[in-house]
Amino acid sequence: MAADKSELRRVVLESGIEVAPVYGPADVAPVDPARDLGEPGEFPFTRGIHKLMYRARPWTMRQYAGFGSPAETNGRFRFLIENGQDALNVAFDLPTQMGLDSDDPRAEGEVGRVGMAIDTLRDMEVAFAGIPLDRVSVSLTINAVTPAILAMYVAVAERQGISRARIRGTTQNDILKEFIGRGAWIFPVEPSIRLIGDTIEFCAREMPNYYPTSVCGYHIRESGATPVQEIAYAFAIARAYVGEGLSRGLAVDEFAGRISFNFDVFGNLWEQVAKFRAARRLWARLMRDEFAAQKPETLKMKMIAGGGGGGLTIEEPENNIVRGTVYALISALSGTQTMALCCYDEAYTIPSENASLISLRTMQILAEEMGLCDTVDPLGGSYYVEWLTTELEQRIVAEMRRVDEDWGGIVNAVREGHVQQAVARQAYEVERKIQSGETVKVGVNKYRRAASSAGEVKLHEHCPQAMEEQRRRLAEVKSTRDAAEVRAALAEVREACAQKKNVMPAMIRAVKAYATLGEIVAVMKDVLGEYREPVRL
Amino acid sequence: MDPAPLPGQPVRVLVAKPGLDGHDRGAKVVALALVRAGCEVIYTGLHKSIEQIVAAAADEDVDVVGISILSGAHVHLTRALLERLRAEGLDGVRVLVGGNIPHADRARLLELGAAAVFPTGANLDEISRFVVDLPPRARRCNA
Repeated sequence: MAADKSELRRVVLESGIEVAPVYGPADVAPVDPARDLGEPGEFPFTRGIHKLMYRARPWTMRQYAGFGSPAETNGRFRFLIENGQDALNVAFDLPTQMGLDSDDPRAEGEVGRVGMAIDTLRDMEVAFAGIPLDRVSVSLTINAVTPAILAMYVAVAERQGISRARIRGTTQNDILKEFIGRGAWIFPVEPSIRLIGDTIEFCAREMPNYYPTSVCGYHIRESGATPVQEIAYAFAIARAYVGEGLSRGLAVDEFAGRISFNFDVFGNLWEQVAKFRAARRLWARLMRDEFAAQKPETLKMKMIAGGGGGGLTIEEPENNIVRGTVYALISALSGTQTMALCCYDEAYTIPSENASLISLRTMQILAEEMGLCDTVDPLGGSYYVEWLTTELEQRIVAEMRRVDEDWGGIVNAVREGHVQQAVARQAYEVERKIQSGETVKVGVNKYRRAASSAGEVKLHEHCPQAMEEQRRRLAEVKSTRDAAEVRAALAEVREACAQKKNVMPAMIRAVKAYATLGEIVAVMKDVLGEYREPVRL
Repeated sequence: MDPAPLPGQPVRVLVAKPGLDGHDRGAKVVALALVRAGCEVIYTGLHKSIEQIVAAAADEDVDVVGISILSGAHVHLTRALLERLRAEGLDGVRVLVGGNIPHADRARLLELGAAAVFPTGANLDEISRFVVDLPPRARRCNA
């Protein structure tokens, strides 16, 4: 009746780990609970970074939103807040991410398309009107041009009467992952890292409640990486930023606790949960042993997890609601601090209001109906999960060693394109496995219906009129500002870049003078140069 | 004017990322599939202007330009690419469009003059077969 073990199909996870049908006490014998798990909220934080986790406070719900004009985006922000979302996650359009103004010919067709357009401080004032920046925690998904956007954010908060010390929020500000995946880079590798150092230093000294950098394994995995590569490359990147902070004369405990992480959730449920538990343990050990960090805040790996775009399908889009529900479940079982889910229509379009609401409701239902907040780390102690956590930790360590030993460290690996090549080749293997049916995607390569249901999703309407308004506002700002002050402020930005001084004070002066993002970035490119992409297939 | 490629000579393909969109996973996967199918593939890297792509197509003497767009700006960029290729006398170069292309826009891209549209999830073998099977002389018949 029961199949012989040798007849069972082999199960091999994406990370290359072979899974047995049953686990027991012998498999976890090497795990020392005191050394390897600890109590929740205590070193090495395998079970979670807080003592009571969601029993004290559920995870933060932070859907990604932003499109069109700042006024449209402001409307979506208010909609999400009215429906119980407690934090914002802001999307910017590609011209903004690339430091081009809305009236730049290179921005043609892209203004307001995948996020909101920001040209000057005036736009930020409109986007955040009526949103108190000391109470709502705002995450800005911006990278290469972070110093300018952060400066605008500071200026808006100050105008709301909020001091720098009270400003909450996060800038994504992880340029190394932009070179690996996502691609919104501008300047060469070294000056790009220096700019991140500037924001880390500025926040450490003036904005203690702000997270200047959120290191993203997320986009690396979305670009094709395995779960092990996702964590390994993210940690290698985070180490580089810690090194940059130390080079400014800061002590590790003064700033490293304000570096957070952004990770991806799709694929095998158990592999993801074990990945996060392993990552927390490894980060704590790494910060203690390599950087001699002492403050618990510095040792705790804080994260936003969820998303899962790479796991969603174009085919039968409603199935993505089910996938998203499980991604949220995984994120909760993994002890995430913040959660954001990709929406079911996101493979097609900017999410509709209804799709955004379904994602928010998914998180609320899990948190408030299903008992996910009752008990800390409910999977802790499971033979399988603890065994897998240890396996993943060892493989992450090995991959990090490969970055150092084979590629000369992450900065060199990115500069020469080694990581990009490894991830692209992995993406090719993943695609081949899906197309051959070896990796099952329901509704795509299995149980596929003859009549395609594709195209049923309502597409987000890109509004050209709003863009005309955007360009009009830009022209109006340019004609009413103090031109002499703009020139002087831009000269100060140029000087700070050339002298390798912290650019933040000059940035704040420039944005307050209503210098445009395009003007600021043009000056920076002039001094810092532009990245030349190493193309390795 | 160009010498006719010999029968059996590999198809030369420029895989390009026009505009500001930085998502290149699909472009690289297709490029790797074409390499394995025996094509000679040149990948431009990100953020290329239409002018840069057409100049590369001419310099590299390619038969096919494949562009990948995920930002939604595909109609604008495809039209601009085709116009520029014609203006430079490269009408014989076939244009393939990949990426996040809604159903409603696929016929429109073909009407504009794209040789084929391969949206997200398109079969890699089908893409390779389409490129490899292009009639050899049709590839550079504009001369």
